[in-house]
Amino acid sequence: MLQNSLAADPNRDLKSIYVYAAPVRIWHWVMTAAMIVLVTTGLLIAYPPPAVGGEASEHFLFGYIRFAHFTAGYVLAISWLVRVYWAIVGNDYTRQLFLVPVWSRAWWSEFGNDLKTYAFLPSAKPLRYAGHNPMAQLAMFFMATLGSFFMIITGFAMYSEGAGRGSWQDKLFGWVIPLFGQSQDVHTWHHLCMWLIVMFTIVHLYMVVRQEITTKESILSTMIGGYRSFKD
Amino acid sequence: METFYEVLRRQGITRRSFVKFCSLTATSLGLGSYFTPQIARALETKPRTPVLWMHGLECTCCSESFIRSAHPLAKDVVLSMLSLDYDDTLMASAGHQAQAILDEITTKYKGNYILAVEGNPPLNEDGMYCITGGKPFVEELKRVAKDAKAIIAWGSCASWGCVQAAKPNPTRAVPINKVITDKPIIKVPGCPPIAEVMTAVVTYMLTFDRLPELDRQGRPKMFYGQRIHDKCYRRPHFDAGQFVESWDDEGARKGYCLYKVGCKGPTTYNACSTVRWNDGVSFPIQSGHGCIGCSEDGFWDKGSFYDRVTGIKQFGIEANADKIGGTVAGVTAAAVAVHAGVTALKRAKVDHGTGIPKDGSAK
Repeated sequence: MLQNSLAADPNRDLKSIYVYAAPVRIWHWVMTAAMIVLVTTGLLIAYPPPAVGGEASEHFLFGYIRFAHFTAGYVLAISWLVRVYWAIVGNDYTRQLFLVPVWSRAWWSEFGNDLKTYAFLPSAKPLRYAGHNPMAQLAMFFMATLGSFFMIITGFAMYSEGAGRGSWQDKLFGWVIPLFGQSQDVHTWHHLCMWLIVMFTIVHLYMVVRQEITTKESILSTMIGGYRSFKD
Repeated sequence: METFYEVLRRQGITRRSFVKFCSLTATSLGLGSYFTPQIARALETKPRTPVLWMHGLECTCCSESFIRSAHPLAKDVVLSMLSLDYDDTLMASAGHQAQAILDEITTKYKGNYILAVEGNPPLNEDGMYCITGGKPFVEELKRVAKDAKAIIAWGSCASWGCVQAAKPNPTRAVPINKVITDKPIIKVPGCPPIAEVMTAVVTYMLTFDRLPELDRQGRPKMFYGQRIHDKCYRRPHFDAGQFVESWDDEGARKGYCLYKVGCKGPTTYNACSTVRWNDGVSFPIQSGHGCIGCSEDGFWDKGSFYDRVTGIKQFGIEANADKIGGTVAGVTAAAVAVHAGVTALKRAKVDHGTGIPKDGSAK
């Protein structure tokens, strides 16, 4: 079962379902921490803090800011690698971030129902999902998954410029720079995509809090304990 | 056919000067003394390779830079005396006389000459925006390029299009690789390129009879392998976090990093911070002005030279990543607030225990 609401399977125990295994939960919070560091230091790289006084040899402020950014970038990239591996070996829900069943009629029908639900239309059916609902899945696929991949690829492309020609970063990601035109363009798009992820985070936080308050499904605690419980 | 060495001796160059030139060339190419006799042997035995230098839509800044090469030996010996057979702005002959040389070299040395192109061909109106020798430059370029061994694209015009290709590009000027697709092209971008870089590239091709090692974008790695930033003498201020905030502040007087006032050194591949200009006297950053990124593709269409976060033209308006991204994030936050408000209102009307609306009406 890749997707679909729980209504399709009335025989299942709806008290609680184990959705997020430990690697997914760890990945989620590691990524959260990395993102916070990345956005903060990224903005500081674009808009550096006021100059520090004294001799250059006494300071390494901007160096540390960039170091934090690069380290968090590596953490993000490695955590995604682990996450991709887990999508292969993990349960069905782990694949939701990578495979959107756009070929499924049922999926689209539920997507339409999600739109109605969030638009407060009375015709919306109250469906329940153990994993992500189709609308959330689509948003996560484009903004969290593809957005992160875009940031990792462009990020390593820019990192390769410092690592130098012939470095493994250059061999793997150096081709990205001419694709965008030149290095400055890669910087611009990297910066722009940061805002896409910020936007995703705003909606994500809102949706999670909203779900937790207004429905009988657990969601915040699910990403801590792993179980989706239904308070019926 | 004459060899390089024979031409040199005929021009009155002594054997001693010749060997000095060979060792200078080996050094400037970063090859070491082992290669000095190899270069000498190559020049003594190989027939000379003529260089034709054509001018399209351009400002001649490449030539201006070139004739100021700090190593007159390399420039004069390799190009004026030895190999530069045609260059309509530098040669003494003009008109039909000059045109005759072009025709002679292309026939006599068919497949064995190097074509250097300064400027680029405009394609609009059948190429009529640039006429050389009574013909559209694009036709002349294609004709001479057809039998060339290799082609050098001098400067950002020939390499990327440069200022005449800036939006909206009324003449439809294009880099030469758009019209010459079947020959190896070596790009030497810059507006203009550094003189020593130009002479070294030609010297390398003449002595070793092959292209220098090129990067993904067709630029010689030995001069475009690193960014200005990687070898900038102000780099310690960058790492320390010491930046010029405005042009007359304390930081500017102390020679702090120009990153915040839009220096494009971190995104520009060139040799300015190592080779420098005018006999190694200085380069823009040393003079207190940020790099404008003149050797990078599209540098002319990236908004202000003084912005760190540069403009995005794809959105049709003058905007940068933060204006667009910030607006999107702001609108999203506002939409979330409205949605949350509506959710709260709806919820207030529903009894929590039963899920039935408080006014008793059926759903």
